[in-house]
Amino acid sequence: MDALLQLNAVSQAYAGKPVIDNMSFQLAEGEIACLLGSSGCGKTTVLRCIAGFEPLRGGDIRLNGERIAAPGYNKPAHLRAVGMVFQDYALFPHLDVAANVGFGLRGLGDGERKARIGLMLEVVGLSALAGAYPHELSGGQQQRVALARALAPRPRLLLLDEPFSNLDVDLRQRLSHEVRGILKEQGMTAIMVTHDQQEAFAMADKVGVMHHGHLQQWASPYQLYHEPASRYVADFIGQGAFVPAVISGPQCVTLEVGEYCSLTPLAYQVGAQVDVLLRPDDVVHDDHSELTAVVKGKVFMGSEFMYTLQLPSGQQVLAQVPSHHNHAIGEAIGIRLELDHLIAFAR
Amino acid sequence: MDFSQIIPSLPSLWDGMKLTLQLLLLAVAGGIALGTVLALARMSNSALLSGFAKAYVNYFRSIPLLLVITWFYLAVPMILNWITGEFVAVGAFTSCLVAFVMFEAAYYCEIVRAGIQSISKGQINAAYAVGMTYSQAMRLIILPQAFRKMTPLLLQQTIILFQDTSLVYAVGLIDFLNAARARGDIMGQSHEFLIFAGAVYFVISFGASSLVKRLQKRLAV
Repeated sequence: MDALLQLNAVSQAYAGKPVIDNMSFQLAEGEIACLLGSSGCGKTTVLRCIAGFEPLRGGDIRLNGERIAAPGYNKPAHLRAVGMVFQDYALFPHLDVAANVGFGLRGLGDGERKARIGLMLEVVGLSALAGAYPHELSGGQQQRVALARALAPRPRLLLLDEPFSNLDVDLRQRLSHEVRGILKEQGMTAIMVTHDQQEAFAMADKVGVMHHGHLQQWASPYQLYHEPASRYVADFIGQGAFVPAVISGPQCVTLEVGEYCSLTPLAYQVGAQVDVLLRPDDVVHDDHSELTAVVKGKVFMGSEFMYTLQLPSGQQVLAQVPSHHNHAIGEAIGIRLELDHLIAFAR
Repeated sequence: MDFSQIIPSLPSLWDGMKLTLQLLLLAVAGGIALGTVLALARMSNSALLSGFAKAYVNYFRSIPLLLVITWFYLAVPMILNWITGEFVAVGAFTSCLVAFVMFEAAYYCEIVRAGIQSISKGQINAAYAVGMTYSQAMRLIILPQAFRKMTPLLLQQTIILFQDTSLVYAVGLIDFLNAARARGDIMGQSHEFLIFAGAVYFVISFGASSLVKRLQKRLAV
């Protein structure tokens, strides 16, 4: 399938300081992507470039095959059919909910416009509040109005800039599922920016991890977690520990706790020193295992404990264990490793 | 002190007040319109437009209003003469109105500019993101919000303008102050008439100013 959105070697700089560096990715129609990174990594700038609020320094952006931005060329934002939901919602305070949603529909006839507004408010569940003003709404409701306003003119692409960051955790989770549902139902192609990986995992088909203006990896949430392409991604996504090991075969490594083999070849010479990534869910508690580790710390997380375990060498690893296995600190417990995805980085 | 002649003189004083108010309303409407255009020009990306607007504002804010009024009294007919090639009779009222509009526009421009700049940049981006052009975004989103915010400042400036209209006596227009002065001379009670005029200016200006303060409080909530 042809990509709806293509970024080719896009670069942007402020005052000579690169903010986006040679960034490329593609998004297919109907896909939801998420740019994930800590603040200042350039992720919002990427959105602003796609929306047309900022000119490019290098590369180009194509929407539906048409070049919409390149150095020296910037298709005006209002002609791009790219909708956007802003971090602060940017609702129009002097217009009521219906007028906010209908604002982008000025080209339509009265009847058609009303019908579209009604439909959009129904989609976001706000039909009863059509006549309310933004300041009379809660944060979650304002968020929904912003979404309805952005969707109403049927954009080709929807951009969401940290859309849930002003909401409390509960609402954030509920709304991110809800918004994904709405976008999928509308067949909308979307890119969201966030610094919250749970949010990214919950919303996105594809996640791009950004660091200092570089796109580190562009992959599904599952791949990012289990097959991180760089040490930075491995560290940034999820939890885990890097454990020293030696490559002992084309597909195998030897750790202090034994030899483990991967299903796929490893990109290292036999004998090379590497660090192997152990996720908390790779370390399985097993009372029958001969391999033991000492509990050094534990965090109760409801259905699970997150144990910090110490191996004989002193190396610490994290283990995620169902919470009915309640062990005391200092106790030695049996573990085994389930390394389906063996991730090693050169040391 | 003998205020006895004031009541019988009220009709002619009212004629003067009508001229004052007429001049005020037209000058405010024209000044805000021209001021808004200047503000947009001043914020434009074009160096020529913004340079012109800046020079205009700085110029008119640096010269006395009385000078502008007298100067326009002489200049407006002259300029019209240049353009049309014939003598056009321009009344003192029209030349004063032009002077006020052009002078006040410089002040209104700065108020409008501050008002527009107080609206978050996100609002115009949000308008672009639903497909609006710059002029639609300005007209429908930015200016309505900006004018709401700057209403108190615009009204304060209008109260100052109300007082400044009295300067038209320099070119012989019979506004409220001039009417009071002339009437007082005729009646031989010039002190009393001027005191009365002062009281009227005070009551109107102070009353309006208090109303604006109350409005400001209500808008701030």
